[in-house]
Amino acid sequence: MVAIAQERSAPGRFDVRSALGRFWSHFLVRRIAKALFTIFFVSTLIFFLVRLLPGSPIEVFISQLTSQYGYSYEMAASQARSLFAVDPNQPLALQYLDYLKNLARGDLGQSMLSPGVPVTEIIFTYLPWTLFSVGVSLLLAFAGGVVLGMVMAYRRNSALDNILSILASLFYSVPSYLFGIMVIVVFGIRLGWLPIAEMRGTLTSGQKVELSLAFVQDALYHAALPILTYALTGLGAWMLLMKSSTIAALEEDFVTAARARGLPERRIAVVYVGRNAILPLFTQLTISIGFIVGGSFLVEPIFQYQGIGYTLFKAVQSRDYPLLQGIFLMITVSVVAANLIADLLYSRLDPRIRETGRSG
Amino acid sequence: MAQTTADFAHVPATEAPLVHQRVGWGQIFVRFLRQDKIGAAAFVVFGIFVFLAIFGPILTSTETVTDLSKLYSQPSREHILGTDYAGHDIFTQIVRGTRSVMVVGALAAAMSTLLAVTLGALSALIGGLSDSGVLLITDVVLTIPYIVFLGVLAAFVKLDSPILLAFIIAAVSWPTLLRAVRAQVLSLKEREYVEAARVLDLGTWHILFREVLPNMTSYIVINFVIAMTNAIYGQIILYFFGLVPLSGDNWGLMIQFAFTKGAIYFSDSLWYIMSPVVAICLLQLSLVLISRSLEEVFNPRLRRG
Repeated sequence: MVAIAQERSAPGRFDVRSALGRFWSHFLVRRIAKALFTIFFVSTLIFFLVRLLPGSPIEVFISQLTSQYGYSYEMAASQARSLFAVDPNQPLALQYLDYLKNLARGDLGQSMLSPGVPVTEIIFTYLPWTLFSVGVSLLLAFAGGVVLGMVMAYRRNSALDNILSILASLFYSVPSYLFGIMVIVVFGIRLGWLPIAEMRGTLTSGQKVELSLAFVQDALYHAALPILTYALTGLGAWMLLMKSSTIAALEEDFVTAARARGLPERRIAVVYVGRNAILPLFTQLTISIGFIVGGSFLVEPIFQYQGIGYTLFKAVQSRDYPLLQGIFLMITVSVVAANLIADLLYSRLDPRIRETGRSG
Repeated sequence: MAQTTADFAHVPATEAPLVHQRVGWGQIFVRFLRQDKIGAAAFVVFGIFVFLAIFGPILTSTETVTDLSKLYSQPSREHILGTDYAGHDIFTQIVRGTRSVMVVGALAAAMSTLLAVTLGALSALIGGLSDSGVLLITDVVLTIPYIVFLGVLAAFVKLDSPILLAFIIAAVSWPTLLRAVRAQVLSLKEREYVEAARVLDLGTWHILFREVLPNMTSYIVINFVIAMTNAIYGQIILYFFGLVPLSGDNWGLMIQFAFTKGAIYFSDSLWYIMSPVVAICLLQLSLVLISRSLEEVFNPRLRRG
């Protein structure tokens, strides 16, 4: 492909339009453009939510300062400017441009509840914990779902398949936050098996962030319940998906051909069936990442795990708008980035995707 | 629709009986339920919930009796599911809460289905730039984590009416359905009868409402059921996390109270917190199973032999 393109453009003069067209039709370029547009869309949405809705947070904030604390309007407005990273006195279009400029510089304003603390600082303190717990559980659920799904497909209609199917449907239909509550109520309070209060937070107080076994152990100990919750509630969907996808792959001609060639069944299962059956799961992976990160908004407050979901929850409850909009944007950015990585991974695994990207 | 096809082909009226006597969906449905025990059970469970939603508030007393001598009592003949932190009967609360859960769920599902079906079908039919535009926005909204979006929106809007609540839920939950509808319409678009209607220049609206949509009713019904499960989760979340003004009867509210006032401090509150949780799970499980059953009814290929 590259060779042909070079041959075509080499003899004549450089054709900008066709070069741009080729550039645009490149799979990677289109994905990145879409990712950037998503981030732009969300930041614009936030701006108009904060600015344009009747009784917008900025107006409420200014009127509060002027009426309750006797600030002059100018003082209140300048206070609002530093908090929201927006100047309420300028025309809307200018405000919008300013806001985007600040965003591009990484300035998300300051938290309303803890004045003087930049939103970015808060985000970078809490986000890693969420990425850690969500990442680990996603890997666990995905791997478990792939293995169990294949087992179910191979043992179709057996007792094992029926039991696993029911379990999968059950896990699939119980939402993560209800599952979390049940874990606390049943295992923590009723049976007293888990020291729920002790497992709260991200680290035991006194434990420093360092590269040591004690740190990793402590981090895993505190993240265990959220990880368990995300992993088990996600497992069902992966199992069911892998089962149907494996059943479809088993009926493919190349599997029959492999059997006819007398290849060992284990090799057929891994190389012929498994590798093809797993492909559709990757498209789901992209949706799943966003789903679990969203789930942290509910699961973290339940277990008092101080990640980004917990912080967002506090911000929503206390209407800390600058923090809220910053975290919302940041979560979107992480999900977009994760999607991008999953897409790239998928295009490496299944070259057909890149081909259709080119033609379309 | 039969008329338009007849017009197009100029088929003489005598050939009309070619349409054989059809087995109605109702008949297939009944026959199917006899085979599919789980599906039948799901329909029965859902029927009970519908009954509670309609008659529950009439059958139970409006007054909540505060009985301080019976805090967190265990299930008894008098209180089937025990009592809560103020001695209120839990079973009554579950029954009374059914209506708001179902109404908001159905309302939100209806709104998002309406938006997704019209917009998805139109953009698939018209194609071109508007289609790409709709698809782009859909993808973008789909990328934003649903629950986070819901929570953030709830922080900006004062959610004090069921319609507004349903609207907010619908506003974040349409994209999945839109993509599904669009894909379906794209495949229907290539069928002969749609082509025939286009040759006759019957217009986009006619093609949409008379040719395409009637042929995907089953699909829309299934997706409506799925949308309803999502909407129910959505509102429970908003209630449970205190993002909706806390008043009225709702299972989400019960969980919120049970969790903050009971579960963390008293091990006796198991019945209080588990009752709404189990009610939600039952309702959701019945909806999921119903959507599966419907899928098998409408799509015979999925039936197990």
